[in-house]
Amino acid sequence: MTVALGAVSEPLLAIRDLAVTFRTEEGDTTPVRGVDLDVLEGRTTALVGESGSGKSVTSLAVMGLLPRPAGRIAAGSILFRTAAGQRLDLVGLPATEMRRLRGNAIAMIFQEPMTSLNPVLTVGEQIAEQVRLHMGLPRAAAFARAVEMLGFVEIPDARRRATDYPHQMSGGMRQRVMIALAMSCNPRLLIADEPTTALDVTIQAQILALIDRLRRDHGMSVLFITHNLGVVAEIADHVTVMYAGEVVESAPVRDLFHRPRHPYTNALIDCLPARAVRAPDGRKIVRSIPGTVASAFAAPGCKFAPRCVHAADGCATRHPDLGSGVEGHAIRCLRWRDL
Amino acid sequence: MLWMIARRFIGMILVMFIVATMVFFLTRLAPGDPASLMLGDQATADDIDRLRKVYGLDRPIVVQYVLWLGEVARGNLGQSIYLQRSVLQAIFERTEPTFFLALFSISIASAIGIPSGIVSAVWRGSRFDQVVSGGAMLAASIPSFWLGLLFIQFFAVHLRWLPVAGYGAPDATMIERLFHLILPASVLGIVNSALITRFTRASMLDVLSEDHVRTARAKGLSEVRVVLRHGLGNALVPIITVVGLTAALLVGGAIVTETVFGLPGIGNLVVSAVLRRDYPVIQGALIVIAGIYVLINFAIDVLYTIVDPRVTT
Amino acid sequence: MHLSTSRAFLKRLFRRRLVLFAAIVLVVIVLAAIFAPLIAPYSPTSMRVTQRLRPPSAMNWLGTDEFGRDVLTRVMYGGRASLGIGMAVVFASMAAGTTLGLLSGYYRALDGIIMRFVDAMMSLPDILLAIFLLAVLGQSAANVVLALAIVYTPRVTRVVRGSTLVVRELPFVEAARTIGVSTRRILTVHILLNVASPIMVQATFIFAYAVLAEAGLSFLGTGAPPEVPTWGTMIASGQQYTDRAVWLVLFPGIAIVLSALCLQLLGDGLRDMLDPKLRKAL
Repeated sequence: MTVALGAVSEPLLAIRDLAVTFRTEEGDTTPVRGVDLDVLEGRTTALVGESGSGKSVTSLAVMGLLPRPAGRIAAGSILFRTAAGQRLDLVGLPATEMRRLRGNAIAMIFQEPMTSLNPVLTVGEQIAEQVRLHMGLPRAAAFARAVEMLGFVEIPDARRRATDYPHQMSGGMRQRVMIALAMSCNPRLLIADEPTTALDVTIQAQILALIDRLRRDHGMSVLFITHNLGVVAEIADHVTVMYAGEVVESAPVRDLFHRPRHPYTNALIDCLPARAVRAPDGRKIVRSIPGTVASAFAAPGCKFAPRCVHAADGCATRHPDLGSGVEGHAIRCLRWRDL
Repeated sequence: MLWMIARRFIGMILVMFIVATMVFFLTRLAPGDPASLMLGDQATADDIDRLRKVYGLDRPIVVQYVLWLGEVARGNLGQSIYLQRSVLQAIFERTEPTFFLALFSISIASAIGIPSGIVSAVWRGSRFDQVVSGGAMLAASIPSFWLGLLFIQFFAVHLRWLPVAGYGAPDATMIERLFHLILPASVLGIVNSALITRFTRASMLDVLSEDHVRTARAKGLSEVRVVLRHGLGNALVPIITVVGLTAALLVGGAIVTETVFGLPGIGNLVVSAVLRRDYPVIQGALIVIAGIYVLINFAIDVLYTIVDPRVTT
Repeated sequence: MHLSTSRAFLKRLFRRRLVLFAAIVLVVIVLAAIFAPLIAPYSPTSMRVTQRLRPPSAMNWLGTDEFGRDVLTRVMYGGRASLGIGMAVVFASMAAGTTLGLLSGYYRALDGIIMRFVDAMMSLPDILLAIFLLAVLGQSAANVVLALAIVYTPRVTRVVRGSTLVVRELPFVEAARTIGVSTRRILTVHILLNVASPIMVQATFIFAYAVLAEAGLSFLGTGAPPEVPTWGTMIASGQQYTDRAVWLVLFPGIAIVLSALCLQLLGDGLRDMLDPKLRKAL
């Protein structure tokens, strides 16, 4: 089902109706079902959800990095616009072509900087390896570019640092290396899967600023995955909220915060520390959403209904579609008009 | 880092000391006495006593122990009671067939085991993986002497491709000797490949599930490069450890195979020494065999600390 | 601990067909050995000189040996000795190894010296150490058990020690200590229960190693005395007839291979079922 998400130009990445299944010992699960998502040229789209919402799986599906043989894309399309203007469907793309895109046109950075780098290779070599592969540069030139990239991500003394091993660097610096790695071949799309979650708050701000600056300087698009709405407010242009494997709301960032329409989004915003309430005895109470995410196995009706304060009788039996409620603002809820 | 190496070195010495002590005292616990065994039934008590004096066996056991320990520390393993030569020389004469058999066998075992382990890790759960894992378990269940007998019957007697037994005439060339080693090395290679296959597979599975391998894939590298450079490159040290230690154990442990194929190796030397209560040879050979294992273990440990950049920088 | 959910355990067992198959075959072999006097077609010692070296036939399913004795019967009886010795070795090495491993893992003072002894013993190849010990102890079936138990105890000690080190750091052990539970009770009840899985897995592998080692020792003539017919002695005496009567060597060997294989498959399966986290080559 195509949804007009308020796109001015054609999106760089357009995910339509994506479904991913995993084969486990106890049966098949579908952690992602019917996901629609757009990433516009030169913009940052935030993909928000708690653990188990399927946001990471979605990003892995885009990169073609679903764990084999258990995981596979069951349905849907992932349309990517190449530099040449071609629209490629990444689903079903032959492996060799996917590899040419990976690390090249589409790059990804991960959550755990401490373990995401190869411990026995120098930092410079790990970047140079990718440069040699995609840009065909000879060794010396590739290494020079690696040093250059380390400089771009504001690592001091880049030339010397390029010969360091990952264990000689702090978490924040390793994440900068990961960013340098991802940017080294001028990707058009950067997927960042919770890149700051494992870092100190002060470092977080620096990394976010770095990513945003690189985006503006290189005209890059960013798909930023996070569970932290505070981060979303800072850097996103567009927000897509996921719950239990589905998109439940999608809107430009200001619209979302100004007028959140899905009960889940509402509840998430209420959980922000800034929205903490003062109790009669003076204590500050940070709110949370009672209950836990439903298991990925199919249950009828709206997935959020068990935890929704506005749930009505029909909510547990009828599964809502993702409708384009207001201009540019998509929502999956039976009762949104009433709320 | 030097401190770690020194600590391991001291541990090594301690282990060798324990081995030497155990071997010395247990040997003497065995019933029977080399002097009386050598002289036979007709010997008188006087004859036996005189012979014992010659070999220093009349002195209190603790004294013998200390003296012997001193000699070993100096590298002197003593004289064989039966073989009219020094223990070291007796061992040395038997080294060649055992050494080449061990080398040949471990090469075959690794050539089978390492690629199988890698591929079955990469294709985990596939039919190939199941066949390889099952095959490895089968190989580990086969008694080497049984396989040896069957191989001899089929390849040497029936097909006549290879010699039946032995290590070749005293003047045989290296090529001929290798020919004699093909069957026993194949037997040992097959049986020992099992452990190497399973260990390689386990190591590779561990490494391939680590985050940095996912990063390597995200770079767009070919799967082959990811598996070999980023996977195997990090899994290599544990694999080499297993290969090295297996090879070390083949030095004295191939005794049964050496017997089936009539190879004059170190294992045979020890067994006949045990039967004759040739104390110096028993003690000396067991120390050498244990020493080889401990030394290889130590060398691999040192290699590991040198090669891992997390330790050296 | 998954042992409490024995129903789930059985469900997982039945789902793995190969492991189930191995378990069944093993049970058949063991029963054949135990009930050999009742179900064997002939007596293991009755010689029929007119029926020497006959290939497998309807009368003698596995053929006859150089004295006309039925091979099938002898293989079944041989199983009693070979498997019996294997089982005894398992019990002995488990008992000794578990005790040493627990002590070594729990008391740091003992750890150093015990592990040095373990290292020393493991630096010698199994068979060689066994031959040496048998020379010291004298050749008898009981001494074969003792010698092999000594050979394999270090392996068990290492595994148990490893598990003990992990378990003793777990919060509930610390909690037990703070409320005054005696050390002995901590060791026996809390830690032992938790290391039971790796111990059981190790037991099946030691059984397989013991059967193979015993065969090798018997083959060399340094194992149990020849009056005790084991699969190894059968192969040793059948050796000279390999060209004329290969079944004398073939079938006892197949019995060994089958037993060892089923034991290992069972051990592997047990490891997967009891705790998937243990899926490393031990």
